Amino acid sequence: MIELCAVTKTYNAGRPNEVVALGATDLTISDKALTVFAGPSGSGKTTLITIVGCLARPTSGRVVLNGEAVSGLPQRFLTEVRRRTFGFVFQRFNLVRGISAIENVMLPAYPIGTPHARLKTRAMELLSSFGMAHRAHFNVEILSGGEVQRVAIARALVNDPEVIIADEPTASLDGERVAHFLAIAADLKARGKTVIVTSHDPRVTGAATVDRLVTLADGRPADATP
Amino acid sequence: MTALSRTRYFLDFAVSSLLRRRWRTLSLILVYSCIVALLGSVLLFGTALRREAATQLSTGPDIVVQSMIMGRHDMLRAADLDALRGLRGLRRGEARLWGYLYDSSAAANYTLMANADTAPGEALVGEGVARARKLEPGKLLFLVSPAGKFLKVRVKSVIAPKSALISSDLVLLNEADLRAFFSVAPDLYTDLALFVANPREVATIAQKGAIRLPGRRFVTREDLTRSYESLFSWREGLVLVILAGAVIAFAIFAFDKASGLSSEERREIGILKAVGWDTSHIIAQKLIEGGLVSGTSFLIGFILAYAHVFLFRAVLFEPVLTGWSTLYPRFRLTQEIDGLQVTSLALLTILPYVAAILVPVWRTASADPDEVMR
Amino acid sequence: MIAHPPVLALVLASTLSALVMVPTFVFALRLLARWDPSSGNEEQLKLEKTTYLVSTLVAFVAVVELASLAAFAFNADRMAVLFVGAMCAVGTLNASSYGFPTLVAKIAVFFAAFVWLVLDRTDNKGRDYPFILQKYWGILLLALLVVLDAALQLAYFLDLKASTITSCCGKLFGDAGLGAGAELAGIEPRLALVLLFGGLAITIALSFGTARSRLMGRLLGLASPAMFAIAIAGVISVISVHVYEQPHHHCPFCLLKREYGFFGFLLYIPLFAATGSGMAAGLLSALPARQSLSDVLPPLLGRLSILTISGFALFGGLSLWKIMASRLTLM
Repeated sequence: MIELCAVTKTYNAGRPNEVVALGATDLTISDKALTVFAGPSGSGKTTLITIVGCLARPTSGRVVLNGEAVSGLPQRFLTEVRRRTFGFVFQRFNLVRGISAIENVMLPAYPIGTPHARLKTRAMELLSSFGMAHRAHFNVEILSGGEVQRVAIARALVNDPEVIIADEPTASLDGERVAHFLAIAADLKARGKTVIVTSHDPRVTGAATVDRLVTLADGRPADATP
Repeated sequence: MTALSRTRYFLDFAVSSLLRRRWRTLSLILVYSCIVALLGSVLLFGTALRREAATQLSTGPDIVVQSMIMGRHDMLRAADLDALRGLRGLRRGEARLWGYLYDSSAAANYTLMANADTAPGEALVGEGVARARKLEPGKLLFLVSPAGKFLKVRVKSVIAPKSALISSDLVLLNEADLRAFFSVAPDLYTDLALFVANPREVATIAQKGAIRLPGRRFVTREDLTRSYESLFSWREGLVLVILAGAVIAFAIFAFDKASGLSSEERREIGILKAVGWDTSHIIAQKLIEGGLVSGTSFLIGFILAYAHVFLFRAVLFEPVLTGWSTLYPRFRLTQEIDGLQVTSLALLTILPYVAAILVPVWRTASADPDEVMR
Repeated sequence: MIAHPPVLALVLASTLSALVMVPTFVFALRLLARWDPSSGNEEQLKLEKTTYLVSTLVAFVAVVELASLAAFAFNADRMAVLFVGAMCAVGTLNASSYGFPTLVAKIAVFFAAFVWLVLDRTDNKGRDYPFILQKYWGILLLALLVVLDAALQLAYFLDLKASTITSCCGKLFGDAGLGAGAELAGIEPRLALVLLFGGLAITIALSFGTARSRLMGRLLGLASPAMFAIAIAGVISVISVHVYEQPHHHCPFCLLKREYGFFGFLLYIPLFAATGSGMAAGLLSALPARQSLSDVLPPLLGRLSILTISGFALFGGLSLWKIMASRLTLM
């Protein structure tokens, strides 16, 4: 369970270009559910998931993850928590170019120091489960859009995180792929993962598998459906 | 265990990261190796010359006695040697006869020296003389004295270039031939060479000798070593100070390369941080990259310097560090690698590089992980 | 000044170290004034980011200082030919009144950096920055030491002139000489051995207790530097003469030469490692106990004490072996 208490995020505080990206926000995200943050761009949903996903620290307020206050942790522990707890699928998938698909999948586990053979097997299993085994050793530049998406999801899963965070995952996808993504999200949820997605895509926000929809406007949740 | 395999992952990733930016890596290694080769040549050459001089001096006499008149070097008499005989601790003393001859045909200075083992009409020549006059054993050598006297000798052999730095310009002759050639009276000698049994007593013997022979100069081997050493150190240091400019330019180049990240690289680091790499991991990985570049360049540069000094006889430095005559020895310097020189070279080259990249590396590594989301 | 390449390298190394430590010192002052881990404001985040830079810089300085400590001793040995009366490093160091102070400063910088890095690693393992303030007070001290070292070394090299008349190890550590060196050399061999091996036994015993008892750890922190001094005295008074097999050659530097199989390295590397880790263990035991380190500290102290024990044991064993195997008998 992730709890946010009076969390704010201000960039460039005290300077003329000060931006309040997130106003005081209280939010609870329950486990093993699919939560969607919706809202137009600039509404603060990306800032919200960077704080939920321990990518950034709030300017004030507390983030409590499974009972532990993580907002005050030193940076290296925040990173450790992020590595252990969260898997990320970014908007443009953000694979590292110039290296193979399987190496991209293995990257998040390097700092842990998992023995190479074990890590490689795990990465291969993940790629196979998305039907990507035959493309594992190809450099990522030559993969198609759909393949890139599947590699990105496999990478998010390599450290076996409890929570998967996807930022605008369907922004550049056609209808068929959106359905495919939603199927994967539902499958992850069925496997006991918590899934958090940001989107302003009605095909996602209106999907039947969504357990909770949080709509943001002007840097704070405007309304929430249970 | 995990720390070990983590380091291996960082190493692998560093190698692949360097290979992905092949041209940048190559240009860096190229410049870096040149700097190492340049400084390394100076250091290796200096060490080798110093060693040559030491080898030469170690076989020479412990004390050299010279006569001085009005502060100028003058000839000694055989009686001077007799005056020193009986000094306690003096093992052996000999009176030496030698002088210089300018050979206008080769535009070179020779050192002519009397040698007890050389028969009349024969000569032993140094390697430089042999080269200048195209001599080989059995050929004839003609010399003309400043007074116009001729000397014709047959070359018996060329002196083995064991320590060619000093023997290169040498011509060894029979004493009678040499006296006749320069018209030197039979009783006169150039200097005295004294050999002492116990090296610790050298200074004492020189002092006692100076009392028996006032007005003569006693030069100990230690004095010579010291003046050679400071001469070499000075020249080497001077060259290095001049090269400091090159090192600084290189450090600026490295700083620039390390801080001017492409947007692709910036994105890559953002991704790594977002997926769970800590700042310290990125710093470690980048420093491993720097270490690989330094190690490779140091090795290449050192090999180049070694080849330059020992295989190509330091062709680029001859005029700076030795620079006297055309008889500059054409020899292979004794090959020696010395731990202190290697450490100094590493400190002089790797240190500025690492110092120049530390801050850019940290700045790169401390990019905010949420940047990829913006 | 003698512009000899190793001298230039050493001056470059110490100047760079000092240049690195000056801004670090200023940053430490700012951190000590502004540090507030409960805040998420940008200044705090920036301070936190910069701590990574400081750790990296101090590690850099430690490596550089270690390399230059060895190079300094070697260079002193190599430069001995330039000075009348010098036969080894002692003569060169003695050629200027800054020589030995520079050596002492270098050793101090090495130990300070070593201890600081251990403290840094420990602090990084606690989830609430347990020793951040102690660490940055330490930076202030370390920076002063590094700058002092650089200044002393520069003064030393500027003061050196070829043909300076100096006195070498024979005089400095001679049995008949005056001063601290001669005092050390003149210690009765039996007494020196009792001190050396007694000291080693006590220090090793303290190390065994360090992981369990904070008192033992603190005592180890005091005992290690004392042991270092006793060990050096032991080298001067008895060990050296047995290595050289000459009853009046007491020099602690000639041991580093090739003629004696680089035995000095074999002897000094474990000694430095043991002393450094013993001091680090002592500091960690003396700092206030922290809840966030309760799982981390005992195994860390265990590792440090193993290093201390094996280093001192190796030093003792090697010394004993040399004394036994020597053809020289003083007792």
